[in-house]
Amino acid sequence: MSKKSYREAIREAIASEMRRDPRVVIMGEDVSGGTGAAGEQDAWGGPLGVTKGLFPEFGPTRVLDTPITEGAFIGAAAGAAATGLRPVAELMFVDFMGVCFDQIFNQAAKFRYMFGGKAVTPLVIRTMYGAGFRAASQHSQCLYPLFTHIPGLKVALPSSPYEAKGLLIQAIRDDDPVIFFEHKVMYDDTGDVPDESYTIPFGEANITREGKDATIVAFGRMVNFANQAADELKRDGVSATVIDPRTTSPLDTETILDSVSETGRLVVVDEAHPRCSMAADIARLVAEEAFDDLKAPIKTVTAPHTPVPFAASLEDIYVPSPAKIREAVLAVAKGRS
Amino acid sequence: MSDDIQPIVMPKWGLAMEEGALTSWLVENGAAVEKGQEIAEIETSKLANVFESPVAGTVRRLVAKEGEVLPVGALLAVLAPASVPEADIDSFVASFVVEAPTDAEAAGAPVERKLGRGGRTLVFKAAGLQNEATPVVLIHGFGGDSDNWLFNIDELAKSRPVYAVDLPGHGKSSKTLATGDLGELAQAVVDLIDEVGAGKVHLVGHSLGGAVAFQILRDRPERVASIAGIAPVGLGDRVNADFVEGFIAAQKRKDVKAALQLLLSDPDLVSSQMIEGVLRFKRLEGAKEALRAIADRNLPSGRQTASFRDLVEQDRVPVMIVWGERDGILDPAAAQGLSSSVEVVRVEAAGHMPHLEAASTINSKLAGHFDDADRR
Repeated sequence: MSKKSYREAIREAIASEMRRDPRVVIMGEDVSGGTGAAGEQDAWGGPLGVTKGLFPEFGPTRVLDTPITEGAFIGAAAGAAATGLRPVAELMFVDFMGVCFDQIFNQAAKFRYMFGGKAVTPLVIRTMYGAGFRAASQHSQCLYPLFTHIPGLKVALPSSPYEAKGLLIQAIRDDDPVIFFEHKVMYDDTGDVPDESYTIPFGEANITREGKDATIVAFGRMVNFANQAADELKRDGVSATVIDPRTTSPLDTETILDSVSETGRLVVVDEAHPRCSMAADIARLVAEEAFDDLKAPIKTVTAPHTPVPFAASLEDIYVPSPAKIREAVLAVAKGRS
Repeated sequence: MSDDIQPIVMPKWGLAMEEGALTSWLVENGAAVEKGQEIAEIETSKLANVFESPVAGTVRRLVAKEGEVLPVGALLAVLAPASVPEADIDSFVASFVVEAPTDAEAAGAPVERKLGRGGRTLVFKAAGLQNEATPVVLIHGFGGDSDNWLFNIDELAKSRPVYAVDLPGHGKSSKTLATGDLGELAQAVVDLIDEVGAGKVHLVGHSLGGAVAFQILRDRPERVASIAGIAPVGLGDRVNADFVEGFIAAQKRKDVKAALQLLLSDPDLVSSQMIEGVLRFKRLEGAKEALRAIADRNLPSGRQTASFRDLVEQDRVPVMIVWGERDGILDPAAAQGLSSSVEVVRVEAAGHMPHLEAASTINSKLAGHFDDADRR
């Protein structure tokens, strides 16, 4: 075990699965880092260097640079998955996913259902999401609720380097299409990551803090903010449980409902817009299944219903913060017995 | 100011701990406390546990308030005889300064080391290497790892070199096993003893690790200065199969929690972090197969395959047996009827993990046992 970055954890997961299974290939824009051009091969390795080093080890038949045609290569990856490969496609920014919704929503997500369960689609689409990168409104969105909405897709949101490696290996070994969301400001976050392979099963939440006064459900990068808020709240005399669902589809509803039945208070933290979001989804779940356990109204902490601003000062207040989470928890925990 | 004033400070449980929350006091002002008595409950981001007083005395001031979060080394309480005036206590509290850990302490902190043998890696922690006395090797039980000694390693390392192994198939050591029998596990520990250049060592084995220690005494008696078995395998016939099989099968948090709760007398001590820690180990490639092989060899169907009663009674080296009275995994009755050469220590308020649940009691018993053995 050693300290590794989120980026290294993801690269290690891909490399170890490529060594283990010759059917695993990667494809995407610039994933082989400058091949096809004059000069150094593998100079870069993806837009943020995640796949650097894979081209020299696995060569041009398994590390496929694609043109800037998302619709074409995501479609090719879906077809390759249906016909025997296990492709890991990189679609740089999730904001660009719109140009291949048919390939993902109507094709990859439907194969298992429309071919009577005879087809499997072991496809992984890695993509970057999230604000805080000064990348403006077309490169900063949190579109995981859209993919969570579609039956047939699985959606993973790793919240740390450890989670990234285990969830990605699970994604690659999974026989269904998985959309794997990497938060672009987390690539340099470090944490303990075992050198060995391991898988984290989908649909099993992690509990990162334990408390009795409130339940905080948070996704992706927001798990770290929720942990910070929970640590701060201890000084206020409020103890909060923090739940990281790890995957939004499948969703571990049991862990969430069990916790709310103990605490009676719920705050959901979601970096996406508030409407039709995971925040709305979890609030609906608890209002419907655990209303009698609630001792206070549910609160959500989300981005506003507006595009991500480019002005740095506005972007900073756009994203949910530990301070906003703390305020929300204090509000629901007010007057607790 | 009186020299009789003794500060009680926030303990440091493990390398990562920087602060802790004082959840509740278990003593009141004016109470006389024994060394090792549970005086408070403390919680960190990783675990919650009872804090045992490091010294004996009379509580004169509870400085920390319940619910307060304080850095490691912060003043929690003041002990002093009744004869010390209140004013002296006041000025002691007022002038108390939290000491940053010194370089020497940092230098003595456990470091991780690796040893390669035939393509496999054995990982262990080393601490207290500045000390000259006979070293101690700590051997965890089935499904455990070197972190099981979190509350012991620093204390024991104050006077001796201490090595805490991750047995083959466990922790960070390789998960591939030849057979998983006691001979293989014992050989790995002997490899460690060779690697660190120790002649003889004091072996401390918990549960299955106790049987590993006995196996080393059988195979390589010249390397053993003494043995302390904490709820060891090898003295009785049965083991709680619900734990062994439940631990191997558990994949979900709830099932892991149920298995871990069998280990402790206070099931509330099982934290989310402990559960995730076990799941992290079990998710590693080969871990489950390794556990299966070790269980099949040594703890099949609720039975213990090895018996070391005769060996232990031969009095070749000093042997101490420690058992928690509320052990739900291995029956403490196994320590009955041993010859008088074996020192038996019973810990009333502990389950299968007395070194965790009654750490300071166990630490001082172990220190005394090592000193006696060195004199013999």
